Amino acid sequence: MNTRSPILATLTVSVLLFMITPMVLSITAAFLQQYSRGLSGGLTLEWLGHVFSQYGSTVYASILIATSCVIGNALIGVPCAYALARARGRWARSFEEILTLPVAVPGLATGLALILTYGEWRDFRQSYAFILVGHMVFTLPFMVRTVSAAFQRAEIASIEEAARSLGAGFITRFLTVLVPVVLPSIVAGSLMVFTLSIGEFNLTWLLHTPLTRTLPVGLADSYASMRIEIGSAYTLMFFIVVLPLLWLLNVVAHLVQKRYGT
Amino acid sequence: MSSGSVAQRVLSACLMPVAIFFVAFWLLPITRLIALPAAKGWETYFAILTDSRYASSLINTLLLSLVVTAATLILGLAVGLYLAKPNVLGRRFLLSLLTLPLSFPGVVVGFFIILLGGRQGAVADLFESVGLGRVTFAYGLTGLFLAYLYFSLPRVIASYTAAAQGMDRSLEEAARSLGANRFQVLWDAWLPQLLPTTAACAAIVFATSMGAFGTAFTLASKFEVLPITIYNEFTNYANFPLAASLSLSLGLLTWLSLFLMGRWTGGRVAL
Amino acid sequence: MELEQISLTALACAKTYPDGTQGLKPTSLKVEPGEIMALLGPSGCGKTTLLRILAGLETADTGGQVFFGEQEVTARPIEQRRVGMVFQHYALFPHMSVERNIEYGLKVQGVNASARKKTVGELIDLVRLVGLEHKRPAELSGGQKQRVALARAVAAGPRVLLLDEPLTALDSKLKEALRDELAELLRRLGMTAVYVTHDQQEAMAIADRMAVMRAGEIIQVGDPEVLYRQPTHAFVANFLGRVNILRRDLSQTNDGVLVIGASTLHVPTHLGQELLVRPEDIVIGESQPNCMQGVILQRSFRGDHIQLRVRVGEQDPLILDVSRDVVYQQGDTVSVSFSPASFMCAKES
Repeated sequence: MNTRSPILATLTVSVLLFMITPMVLSITAAFLQQYSRGLSGGLTLEWLGHVFSQYGSTVYASILIATSCVIGNALIGVPCAYALARARGRWARSFEEILTLPVAVPGLATGLALILTYGEWRDFRQSYAFILVGHMVFTLPFMVRTVSAAFQRAEIASIEEAARSLGAGFITRFLTVLVPVVLPSIVAGSLMVFTLSIGEFNLTWLLHTPLTRTLPVGLADSYASMRIEIGSAYTLMFFIVVLPLLWLLNVVAHLVQKRYGT
Repeated sequence: MSSGSVAQRVLSACLMPVAIFFVAFWLLPITRLIALPAAKGWETYFAILTDSRYASSLINTLLLSLVVTAATLILGLAVGLYLAKPNVLGRRFLLSLLTLPLSFPGVVVGFFIILLGGRQGAVADLFESVGLGRVTFAYGLTGLFLAYLYFSLPRVIASYTAAAQGMDRSLEEAARSLGANRFQVLWDAWLPQLLPTTAACAAIVFATSMGAFGTAFTLASKFEVLPITIYNEFTNYANFPLAASLSLSLGLLTWLSLFLMGRWTGGRVAL
Repeated sequence: MELEQISLTALACAKTYPDGTQGLKPTSLKVEPGEIMALLGPSGCGKTTLLRILAGLETADTGGQVFFGEQEVTARPIEQRRVGMVFQHYALFPHMSVERNIEYGLKVQGVNASARKKTVGELIDLVRLVGLEHKRPAELSGGQKQRVALARAVAAGPRVLLLDEPLTALDSKLKEALRDELAELLRRLGMTAVYVTHDQQEAMAIADRMAVMRAGEIIQVGDPEVLYRQPTHAFVANFLGRVNILRRDLSQTNDGVLVIGASTLHVPTHLGQELLVRPEDIVIGESQPNCMQGVILQRSFRGDHIQLRVRVGEQDPLILDVSRDVVYQQGDTVSVSFSPASFMCAKES
């Protein structure tokens, strides 16, 4: 394929510069004493320290919510995926389509809807659980679809029949055979759910309160009201925490696929 | 009880948790949201069309989304085609760099644009050093456009690179053997094969742009997009029914645009 | 390890799918205790459907019944029937070792660890998998996987053994080697077994009796030799080997003769107007003036024999197998004879 065109090369380089420059700027700015003076103003770790003590809890909250989201969606989503894969009849397809609606609908609408319905329940409204529920609702289809596709595969159906022929009742074969066999797809779904939850803003901004802030919400706060140096340091903290975590999860997913893949 | 297939009650038991959860935390709330505008009168549902403020906000959002979609597709295609070549140096590294922003929340992208084009931005410094004065673009339409471009490009580049690698070379070779020049090869051999990817990417970019909130929020842009309007109605004016109506209209219009786009490309576009 | 021998009966079992197609017409079959019954037929004939109804993986239409021995099991799902099933692609549990796969059924029944170990050990010896106990299915060859599948099915002490085309997934050389091994294993186990296949060589090698099926029904049941030599339907004759068709008009049929060229053969009326003859039942020799003459149209070398296409009279060319020492070449005229008992009738084409 002859794409040695200089036009393509130039465009690619431009796009690359466009995407990378802000990342570099932001990382550098986190260490600058004063952004407007640039490097001549000197370097410091003060901003990072400040951000860590002030906003460290948001990192913890985001990771907690994302993890709970994964666990919650796995607990209710995997049996659901199984049922949808084994069900005959068109209602199963419709059910799956409806489950995907929260993804298509703007996050704002879902947020408004939740506030409208549960805004009065103060304890719930002001807890992290409220945010968790919003996250689960919009990440659930990713888990269900991924795992359901795995359950539908012919080899998996055959393996289940084998377990049944050996006398295994539903709960036994679900725990000893079905879940281990679709584990790679459960992990893939979990990875998607985790990534989506950690970066979610639209929905979370509506649902949050000053005492229940996640990482993206904290970031938005700092961008609006703080110095660029603090915003940059906070962004850097986001990179340091989230990116390795995502990379690690990817590695785990890869390993599981190798060990349990059929 | 049928002895053959898995028992109905087992299947129902498996579905119950999700069904209850979903009804409680989405179906019911959304139904109430749909019913809410009626509290202020049936005409509230059409506020997006009747009130010029909202209508212009809608037009803004639509135009922005369309332009961003077009620009992203063209740029994404170019980069995707370039990176699909096996002999580009450090191709995989470049690709992972370019798709890194996939995990960034929209607010971070907004911040990036401020770093680039804000009052203390790098571009302002650059232009000032060349004597053209401090140029800031972050807070207007340009900044918003660039921000939307920033968060849309990674997905499109990833898709196009994968698709371009999987293209059938024989079509291109046939075209060239018949004397086609580079542009004809692009138009007649490559683009038709990339149509499904193009349609899918266009749908995702368009839908995301229409509903994007965080980026515009961080930029506090003068160019008002519909999600911001909705947010303002709800937060600043405590006008819940109107916010509900506008967000329903947004959802409906996004869905409608996707539907029409799908029809135009002759196939269903899955989100 | 005690293995029961009970009979297996299907009574008027039919299967209609939701879209209206009938996969199986009302079918009845009895498998005697300890017998290996093959269900043989082309794809789509309903053999797998019948097997799955016997297993309990599918429900027969109302009115169908399944009996294990004297006990009716129609309403029981497969988990409660105590069958051993071997699947086409083995369906081994990929996350468990060979040992764990084999003992799964025993574990489900709550058998204690030492008893399980003993049974698994016996079976591993029986199917010759010693040394592979801790391997994962992914590390095994096709033949080894098949043996694990069999061991697993048998370990839990099932009442009947059901095999769904267990050799289909293997390549042909391996198939032949394993076929005999499998046949021997099944005989040693002595269990009542139903074996589904589309390969008639396999069926004939393994089964005590065969049921040939087509389009949802059983056409003929019997032991392999009877089915091969005395098929009651042209389909069965055709499916179990090759046949040549000789046609005669109504007057010849009524007279009980077959006229080819100048020769007349006595062939009873009841065999009908279309006569089936197996290639191996046709004899050729030096061309003699009084005998039926044939011309060799084509001669092809097939390794262990030679196949000839011979034209006799106005009949369609006959296919016949001869030994490699036969020297006749293409274009030669030869004498052709049929032994009288070799004609089979075609009740239905």
